[in-house]
Amino acid sequence: MTQRFRLPTGGIVDRTRPLAFTFDGVPYQGYGGDTLASALLANGVHLVGRSFKYHRPRGIFSAGTEEPNALVQLARGAHTEPNARATTLELYDGMTASSQNCWPSVRHDIGAVNNAMSRLIPAGFYYKTFMWPPTPRWWLRYEQVIRRAAGMGRAATQPDPDSYEHQYAHCDVLVIGGGTTGLAAARAAALAGARVILCEQNVDCGAAPLPAGTKIDQTPASEWIAAVASELLRHPEVTLLVRTTAFGYYDGSLVGAIERVTDHLAAPPAHGPRERLWKIRATAVVLATGAIERGIVYANNDLPGTLLASAARTYVERYAVRPGDRAVMFTNNDGAYADALALQAGGVDIAAIVDARTDAQSSGILTARARDAGMVIVSAATLIGAHGNRHVAAVDVASRAGVPAQRIDCDLVCVSGGWNPAVHLYSQARGKLRYDEVLASFVPESSPLPIIPAGAANGCLGLSEALAEGHAAGIAAARQAGRIAALLAPPRADPLATAPLQPLWAVPAARKSARRFVDLQNDVTVNDIALAAREGYQAVEHLKRYTTLGMGTDQGKTSNIIGLALLAEQLGVPIPRVGTTTFRPPYTPVTLGAFPGHESGAHVAPTRYSAMHAWHVEHGARFVNAGLWKRPHSYPRAGESEDDAVNREARSVRTTVGVVDVSTLGKIELQGRDVAELLNRLYINRWDTLAIGRCRYGVMLRDDGMVMDDGTTSRLSDTHYLMTTTTVNAVKVMQHLEYLLQTQWPELDVYATSVTEQWAAMALSGPKARDVLAGLVDIELSNAAFPFLAVGTCNVRAASDDPAGAIPARLFRMSYSGELAYEIHVPCHRGLAMWEAVLAAGEAFGIMPYGTEAMGTLRIEKGHVVIGPEADGRTTADDLGMGKLVNAGKWCIGKPLLDRSALTAADRWQLVGLTALGDAPIPRGAKIVADPERKAPNPMLGHVTSWCWSPNVDAWIALALLANGRARHGDTLWAVSPLAGAKVRVQVGPPCFIDPDGERLRV
Amino acid sequence: MNLFSSPAAHANEDRRLMLLIPCPYCGPRNQIEFTYGGDATVRRPAMKECPADPVSAWVDAVYVRDNPCGPHDEWWLHGAGCRSWFMVRRDTRTHEILASARIGEAFAGEPR
Repeated sequence: MTQRFRLPTGGIVDRTRPLAFTFDGVPYQGYGGDTLASALLANGVHLVGRSFKYHRPRGIFSAGTEEPNALVQLARGAHTEPNARATTLELYDGMTASSQNCWPSVRHDIGAVNNAMSRLIPAGFYYKTFMWPPTPRWWLRYEQVIRRAAGMGRAATQPDPDSYEHQYAHCDVLVIGGGTTGLAAARAAALAGARVILCEQNVDCGAAPLPAGTKIDQTPASEWIAAVASELLRHPEVTLLVRTTAFGYYDGSLVGAIERVTDHLAAPPAHGPRERLWKIRATAVVLATGAIERGIVYANNDLPGTLLASAARTYVERYAVRPGDRAVMFTNNDGAYADALALQAGGVDIAAIVDARTDAQSSGILTARARDAGMVIVSAATLIGAHGNRHVAAVDVASRAGVPAQRIDCDLVCVSGGWNPAVHLYSQARGKLRYDEVLASFVPESSPLPIIPAGAANGCLGLSEALAEGHAAGIAAARQAGRIAALLAPPRADPLATAPLQPLWAVPAARKSARRFVDLQNDVTVNDIALAAREGYQAVEHLKRYTTLGMGTDQGKTSNIIGLALLAEQLGVPIPRVGTTTFRPPYTPVTLGAFPGHESGAHVAPTRYSAMHAWHVEHGARFVNAGLWKRPHSYPRAGESEDDAVNREARSVRTTVGVVDVSTLGKIELQGRDVAELLNRLYINRWDTLAIGRCRYGVMLRDDGMVMDDGTTSRLSDTHYLMTTTTVNAVKVMQHLEYLLQTQWPELDVYATSVTEQWAAMALSGPKARDVLAGLVDIELSNAAFPFLAVGTCNVRAASDDPAGAIPARLFRMSYSGELAYEIHVPCHRGLAMWEAVLAAGEAFGIMPYGTEAMGTLRIEKGHVVIGPEADGRTTADDLGMGKLVNAGKWCIGKPLLDRSALTAADRWQLVGLTALGDAPIPRGAKIVADPERKAPNPMLGHVTSWCWSPNVDAWIALALLANGRARHGDTLWAVSPLAGAKVRVQVGPPCFIDPDGERLRV
Repeated sequence: MNLFSSPAAHANEDRRLMLLIPCPYCGPRNQIEFTYGGDATVRRPAMKECPADPVSAWVDAVYVRDNPCGPHDEWWLHGAGCRSWFMVRRDTRTHEILASARIGEAFAGEPR
């Protein structure tokens, strides 16, 4: 027996396209055009999940994004999705869904024991119960249990296999919502010549039901909707986006919208995005998001078979599904009468319409039509409770005067408590809301931003008025964008005489223990709200957090206003005094993967490669990330460990020769008459004395006096300098220079250009460096001709088969390793040729490439500091042993604040060298103490900043920052790591382990 | 002046950015192209000037900041564009960009 509740005709479903799907393992059939919810209802399945806290059986409640109950787990391999709303999921062939928050099954759920214990778990239960014993350890234990019991669906455990993309869009007018109001607005704006984007969250426009026989501009409403939608679709300046939800209005009037591209397909294409995140900037926004129906609270109002009245009608008219056989309508407004008529037309027997209003109050034309159709109308009465086991079986109806209740058998209850304008985005756009007494809801009042609410979103529920409002909003929005509309009459519909609603939020229960649910998703009852108010949670934001009212995936779309009204009742204040909670984006849940879009995995940030990268890869380099760069860490040979490779490379530099790729160093060309003056102001040392053809090491400080960066700067000509920076600070130093030159010292004649990418660079180091280079370059390299710190240009002999010929190069005699060394810069495209030429020339001398790790070993042996480990943002030049570099005769950035007493105190942490006594390695992240056995707190004297095994000293060595370290040379202390359980005795000495007088680099 | 976060960190932050900033040279561009450069109302002591108490003058410039509620002038760098520093007047309550100005020039509609 399939689709027992499907109507033989009508609706948008395609009966020629049957779709198979399973829910909780049971196979069912639906039709093309169904949602999962409508297909389940067609098969008579109402019970789809268990509630969050009490595990009560819950059924489909709505037909849209406001759904609080029907959240399902969608299985699609790694594409599994939790908390999917059955009411918006378009059915596809082979869909596999299951209910959530129940075990072992939705019909027999062990967790339902919570329902029996509900008196023991009131609002604020967690806060009250798990406070003892008052140590975090216990809370952590409780939390494990609570987390398992709570929660809804299960998140995917595998990486998201889908892709998502971003689309920026600009337009004059963005219309949010493709109902009749939105269509009227978009058409008017487009006719005025505006560029329009229209977002509709459904698969088609104008999906909301209208009273039977409604005509717009003398044509049936459905035909008018189809004609306008197709007109917009064809219009060259209109972008019509369906399955697209505008979920947030952000700073700078940016609207975020999510387009579901493939979720409705049984077999999504292998390529292309699953969802598309639109970032839309519009001159003006028309908010035509409609309104959301709310219920009325009564005892057991959560039984499956209870639906919003408009939703029940949507299932009948749109999906051709009878949500039940025999319905009781419960209303306080006219809308439910139109719904009752539609249900009756769909074959649902209307047992009664229970109207909280008196006959006099419910005198609209729809009431008359219902009466003419023979329906029983019980006026001035309320539905005080429902009965049934996992489904509604009967309801009790009583007039307010206290007459005994009358029981009416039914399998469907349709509730309407009024309509809440969907003002979420309006509120996000800093729009003020006003409480409207007629609608008993909050409606837009004013916003400082160009967002124009229209139609039901603006509290205008009548079709003819909404069409006029939409039309006017479209013209007003176009005018804001400078488009003047031609005269065009607004679309017209016949006004419908309706009687106003009488606010009714909750019906008193016959028994005190009866459960009356305000928020179905979070199991918040009327009693919870009363309890919260009694306990002092009287501000609406407090109420929300204490009771969880309005949280979760539906964000209280059907419940918030009821909760606020009940709080106001408890406090004895008018509803506007209570106010609303903040409407935060997103309006509906958005897949997290859509926010990064393509920027995930390797695409989070660009990767930078040196010109010699391919060679490094080919020769087995292991790489390390330095900022965005990939740098060779070491070049292990076959069968060699990384550590052995590092030691071999570091030893070769000290004994023969090695070459390292230093292309990643920041390089900034400085030109102009005032470069020396700029350098004087930037660096602690003096620069106006630097001769052409020489280079110098410099240290720059931040404004607060701490070391910011270091590097060498060379004078290439009278007015032309080249500054180098550390790899990671290249961008920062460039910005710093531009900031100073543009904003502070515009009088200086200096042009700064980053050339990091334009030059490949390598350092050739070791006693044989000169011998290697002498055979390659066309200049004299003797100490007299090209001494330490000399700079020059030369041509390098390339391989004989290189058609580009000799390589023009800049040559610098500077040394980071402490050996005789040259830095060679060549245009980037010749980098590889240069690298290979150096290696070929060095072969006879035993040259080998070395990586950053060996470079680190060499610089630790020499006590050269690195920005980061040693210069960690808290160290001054003096702390690092470079106090003498600070030139007393001139000003520089950071110098004035160096005079602060704390920066010259005797117990400053100062740079020292440590040598391990024994073979044990100095532990990672070690602290320095005098006595490792002392009970905590053990005074920390300093910490290790860099450490390595030194193959040249033949010991574990380290650099460290040590309190009053320069006075402690010769002391024996301990490097300890309680984390690693390691302690090593170390001897303090000067931060230099090799060639303290620097003779080797001057040979 | 907060110039000191790493490029990788910028790449991560940028995704959330949404302001449209009017570069006085290039026109309105997405915030992703810009780098914030701190409070533009801070007066750095002039280099040549030797205040009676240079330490406290510099302590003011480096550490002491107003926290205005409303319009605030700040430095921005169009790093992914023309690489010009300029001033932006931003409302700290709403993030609304009220105006931008070239260095040494007044904000639009305001006497120098």
